[in-house]
Amino acid sequence: MAESFDLTVNGRRERVTAEPETPLLTVLRNDLHLHGPKFGCGLGQCGACTVHLDGTAIRSCATPVASARGARVTTLEGLAPREGTLHVVQQAFIDEQAAQCGYCLSGWIMTAAALLERNPHASDAEIRQGLSGLKCRCGTHMSILRAVKLAQSRMGRA
Amino acid sequence: MDRRDFLKSGGAMFVTFALPGCATTMSASEPPLPAAGAMWPAKVEPELLDSWLAIAADGSVTACVGKIEAGMGISTAFTQIVAEELDVPMERVTLVMGDTAQSVDQRGTGGSNGIMQGGSALRAAGAEGRAALLALAAERLKVPASELRVRDGVVYVAGDESRRVSYGELVGGRQFNVKVAEKPKAKDPREYRIVGKPVPRLDIPQKVAGRYRYIADFSVPEMLHARVVRPPLAGAKLLSVDEAQALPGLVKIVHRGDFLAVVCEREEQAVAAAKNVRAEWSKPAPMFWPGYDALYEHLRTAKPRTSRTEGERGDVDAAMKMAARVVEARYEYPFQSHASMGPGCAVADVRRGGAVVWSGGQKPYPLRGALAELLGLPVERVRVMWMPGPGSYGMNDADDAAADAAVISQAVGRPVRVQLMRHDGTGGDPKGPPIAFHMRAGVSSDNRIFAWDYEARGFSGRVRNNGTDHAGDTLAGQLVGGFKPKHSDWPQLSTESYAFPNARKVSHTIDWNRSMPTGLRTAHLRDPDGMATCFASESFVDEAAYACGVDPVEFRLRSLTEPREIAAVKAAAEKAGWQPHAKPRAPAGRIVRGQGIAYGPRNGSIVAIVAEVEADRETGRYRVTRFTVAHDVGFVVNPLNVHGTIEANLMQAMSRAMHEAVRFDESRVTSVDWITYPIVDMTEVPDAVDIVMLGNTPGNKSYGAGEPTTRPVAAAIANALHDALGVRVRRVPLTPEAVLAAIRT
Repeated sequence: MAESFDLTVNGRRERVTAEPETPLLTVLRNDLHLHGPKFGCGLGQCGACTVHLDGTAIRSCATPVASARGARVTTLEGLAPREGTLHVVQQAFIDEQAAQCGYCLSGWIMTAAALLERNPHASDAEIRQGLSGLKCRCGTHMSILRAVKLAQSRMGRA
Repeated sequence: MDRRDFLKSGGAMFVTFALPGCATTMSASEPPLPAAGAMWPAKVEPELLDSWLAIAADGSVTACVGKIEAGMGISTAFTQIVAEELDVPMERVTLVMGDTAQSVDQRGTGGSNGIMQGGSALRAAGAEGRAALLALAAERLKVPASELRVRDGVVYVAGDESRRVSYGELVGGRQFNVKVAEKPKAKDPREYRIVGKPVPRLDIPQKVAGRYRYIADFSVPEMLHARVVRPPLAGAKLLSVDEAQALPGLVKIVHRGDFLAVVCEREEQAVAAAKNVRAEWSKPAPMFWPGYDALYEHLRTAKPRTSRTEGERGDVDAAMKMAARVVEARYEYPFQSHASMGPGCAVADVRRGGAVVWSGGQKPYPLRGALAELLGLPVERVRVMWMPGPGSYGMNDADDAAADAAVISQAVGRPVRVQLMRHDGTGGDPKGPPIAFHMRAGVSSDNRIFAWDYEARGFSGRVRNNGTDHAGDTLAGQLVGGFKPKHSDWPQLSTESYAFPNARKVSHTIDWNRSMPTGLRTAHLRDPDGMATCFASESFVDEAAYACGVDPVEFRLRSLTEPREIAAVKAAAEKAGWQPHAKPRAPAGRIVRGQGIAYGPRNGSIVAIVAEVEADRETGRYRVTRFTVAHDVGFVVNPLNVHGTIEANLMQAMSRAMHEAVRFDESRVTSVDWITYPIVDMTEVPDAVDIVMLGNTPGNKSYGAGEPTTRPVAAAIANALHDALGVRVRRVPLTPEAVLAAIRT
């Protein structure tokens, strides 16, 4: 049976009604109209649906909405510290022109932001490993890697 | 007038008939959301300037083009071209791409022709528009056009800037009513201020912020969610469906022939309904093979449907008999999937005797005709509007999703969104075709190649045509039944310009039409057949070079004939720090390094690549540590775009070369997700890519950059592995297991 769930999404209190096992991704996209996270596989294999759940990067396609009850959810749209600004990782992706089709970007940007938050001094190998579960079919990997390292160096200076 | 009033007004719909293409973007009668049931012209007239360009009263410019943005930044390049020719700032230009009612049918995007066809058409339209505006300004300001200058969309008299008039004042909101000349006088490329410059892409800021709107993000009022259920076995027939089944949120179970879909109010309900719907399917005889060994054996022995010989010189058979030695090798290249990041998605509104279909495929114009056929509607009643999809790399599953959505919407009488699932996308998309090659070279007693014999045997890359022209080209059309595809055979020939005295290239295509309703039908995958044919040919060139005791770069430079190709091979070798070797170096030790070169021309573009690998002799595992690319696509409209496209091509092609082969058993495709169809991972990314651009001079012709980098990648890696390890892997994918097997034999 459908139930009501209270979530905090990008800083706003939201109430949604859905079956408890409905993927968080579906609720974010269809009920809250947040299209940053994308449906890529529905299997937790590609990362295009990545959001932060209480600060941790998770695959929202494989996360039932019930397990986000009362949690703080951040999507690509809400990653920037303030409306109208960009997160340092987002800015670095622009500066490195790190996109082709861009469909996978929630995965890379949300995962990289969480990774650098957790491990600001991550080595090249740690960054590669930390991003290794993500897919980009266009092959944008080189500019993405440069962008993440650019963001890392800027975070260090800040 | 709101949408409902518009629908009631009936006759107002025909207003669009009076306006050519781009001019409709300024029409007050054009509703924000087109309505199914309206009529649109059969074609947007290409010779009218108003089909391409519209200028609003505020001077803002809309340009309409029959190409689409595939993720390589072409919309930015198009904007540069229009802004350049018209002398307006880029931010004043808006593009409309791939709307069959508003932009000229240029078939859509494919074959790396976006800049060549779309760019040149927009340049011509911009130049014609500028000339027309100058003529109007000359009249208004009463000076000859030759004394007028333009800055930021304002025309002024040279030497007296107080005498001025803006584009908006001259024509804003009205039509030009002129034709585009065959060759309008465009700007001298040496005067370019915007074209040729590294302008950052306009789409990326929206993309990183989650604000770029893709087809998957699009919805219309009253829209339902659908999922398709494909036959579980290749060739299976739908025997029965339990239509009385109660499924949460179910609106309708749609079935026609072997086509089956579920339609629900909410998306997650449709996902569940597709899993749970009770349907009975036949168990047909196996259509496929137990694996690749059997498939390649089939290709090598089956009777060809068509055979083609090209590049024939001298007498190859006689020369082979006279050879001191004959070197020969067999190469194999597998089925590969487009495996787009998002499976196909489309929204269709088929009501009131008409259809509007929003699609993320590369070729909305042929799709319009195919959908009209599928729905039984006149083409004037069908409008296809392109929206950005995930990268499609050719004929992926996007058009299948559009056809699915159209059939389902027609059946339920409401707008329908179809989102294919991952297994539909990877398992069911049209595949890049497999090819088996047989290469022979006759070596003379003085160690020269004097006979060269290339033979490819494969399913045509065009069992499914290079566009969805007919209903039968879609899975829905095949499963509904009664529709014929427009299949075509296309020879699978390599393109290098070696001048061996006796040579021929032969391509046999094997019949594979019965695959049309299955996940192993073949279609265009980025640089169709290019990486496969180049893999065979350029791998074998290395084998021939070593057979002659000549360094692979030296061998190519001796045997090539085209100056631009020679320049590319030289530039790549030089930049890479090529270390000449007349035989594979295969140094001692467990961890070894090697270099490999390969090159390939493609429709005027030329790419030479040196790959460097580091391999582990004990495990067969290896990594490409560096690519060096010499890239000649002529004059580059946006160097940032091309740089990004080259790098992305390298990574995608490296993925295809190292990892990708669609798995199947005798009855079905078993590659259905990212575990069963693995692709490149961040840990494998090379440490460096060096790119040398050649031919990038204003005035040079611009060739396509969307695909050509792909072509030599597999051969370059295989050649580098040979240099490092002394063994040759002749079947793609070049997996660690395959490398290890080669080491151990």
